Amino acid sequence: MPTQTAGQHSSTRESVDTAKLSTHNLGMVFHRGGETISVLEKINLAVADGEFVCLLGPSGCGKSTLLNTMAGFLSPTSGEVRVDNQIVQGPDPRRIFVFQERGVFPWLTVEGNIAFGLANLTREERERRIAHYVQMVGLQGFEKAYPSELSGGMKQRLEVARALAVNPDMLLLDEPFGALDSITRLTMRQELLRIWQTERKTIVFVTHDIDEAVQLADRVVVMSARPASIQQIVTIDIPHPRDISSARYLELRDGIFAQIGLAHKI
Amino acid sequence: MKDLNLLVRLRPVAFIVVLLAIWQVAVMMHPGQLLPSPWQVIGGLADLLQHGLLFKYVVASLFRVTWGFGLAVILAIPLGLIIGWYHRADMALGPVIEVLRPISPLAWIPIAILWFGVGDLSAIFLIFLGCFFPLLLTAINAVRSIPDVYVNAGRNFGLRPLDLIYRVLYPAVIPQLLIGLRISLGVAWLVVVAAEMIAVNSGLGFLIVDARNAGNRYDLVVAGMVVIGIIGLLLDMAMRSLEKVKSFRWSYSED
Repeated sequence: MPTQTAGQHSSTRESVDTAKLSTHNLGMVFHRGGETISVLEKINLAVADGEFVCLLGPSGCGKSTLLNTMAGFLSPTSGEVRVDNQIVQGPDPRRIFVFQERGVFPWLTVEGNIAFGLANLTREERERRIAHYVQMVGLQGFEKAYPSELSGGMKQRLEVARALAVNPDMLLLDEPFGALDSITRLTMRQELLRIWQTERKTIVFVTHDIDEAVQLADRVVVMSARPASIQQIVTIDIPHPRDISSARYLELRDGIFAQIGLAHKI
Repeated sequence: MKDLNLLVRLRPVAFIVVLLAIWQVAVMMHPGQLLPSPWQVIGGLADLLQHGLLFKYVVASLFRVTWGFGLAVILAIPLGLIIGWYHRADMALGPVIEVLRPISPLAWIPIAILWFGVGDLSAIFLIFLGCFFPLLLTAINAVRSIPDVYVNAGRNFGLRPLDLIYRVLYPAVIPQLLIGLRISLGVAWLVVVAAEMIAVNSGLGFLIVDARNAGNRYDLVVAGMVVIGIIGLLLDMAMRSLEKVKSFRWSYSED
């Protein structure tokens, strides 16, 4: 069995000390109107530099909350998140969050959005980066367009370009392709993989789509329903480009289906 | 095709001409009871122009509106943005605003005269009150409705609080603020006429009251009303043209 069972101390390929990103007994409790809701429990996870990890779980299980604590938007109520062995205290341009909703600024053009995090650069460097990332995400000719003039997929690519332009170590993507139609979604996955292979960023990608996770990730972190804990970490040992009708792909995918408790039949 | 366009464009003009004709006919059937005729109104306008009153009164009214509206903008918008931003820290000002807001600015006329006497200051104060609350509420709501993603994205790119205000909050609230500005400028123009009827002795509101009191000059009354309508329309058109600025109008074209 290639899959590893994650217990209290989830086994990882990397030791926690050398990990790019790690969480240590991370827990999150929300208080709503006198009620106490436990959202995350004892999350121990280590992500290696340059690794592509998918957090997979049912909707509302708390995987987005986990990603928000990694970004520094939320502080965990117990435990901690470490990046390069430093405790995360708040958001930082070295790890850019790509939002589930369209997070591009509608009052800025494509260029303006990509340049948003580049205020400290010289003019020449800024323009060089804008041109580079416009090219990378295939938005040539739309430099002066406003987001309202772009399609959903283009907006999502723009957001990825805006994130990459500040040269972060890490991208945190929260169901970035959830709102796109299935054809655009497939293209976007290919493009993200292409970008990841050129730029070698560490990527944590939240999704509830099992196929998406198995197509993209080096490792898939399967999370339980609320309060979310890590159920299992599955290593996807298929090289890219992945043949999604190969026996190994189907085996891994069906393993996750079984793990989540879904019979793979309709 | 072009002819059709021209016809369509002329339609409002034609409609006004028809209304004026009905007005003229009605007045001819019941002379002296209904209204001055359109010709008499034009005569009244000419009269006002001749005496240099029209220009003087329009300037006087616009002067008061500019100050009252301007002061309200300067105070209400920053205050509203602050209240809206810190809504998590219980809104102490809320109940006060909710009680003061439904009071018509006209109800303040006696107080205004008590505090500022008969003159520009009273009128400006009343216009200020009329604009202040709509603008304040617009600003509060505008900040509250900024999606969290924009604020989080701004913080993620390392913006300091001042940059966050200038580069995220401000552009995010502009479309709603423009609507609020347009509405309250309309209110200002309504209030100035009422204020001038009581609190001052110049301006278009004063013209209307004065024309009636000084010998039932209804031609001047209606002339004043026409001028008020036209200037109100021009002010609104000016505000609307701001909404066409491309980086302002993103929210109107958002799908």
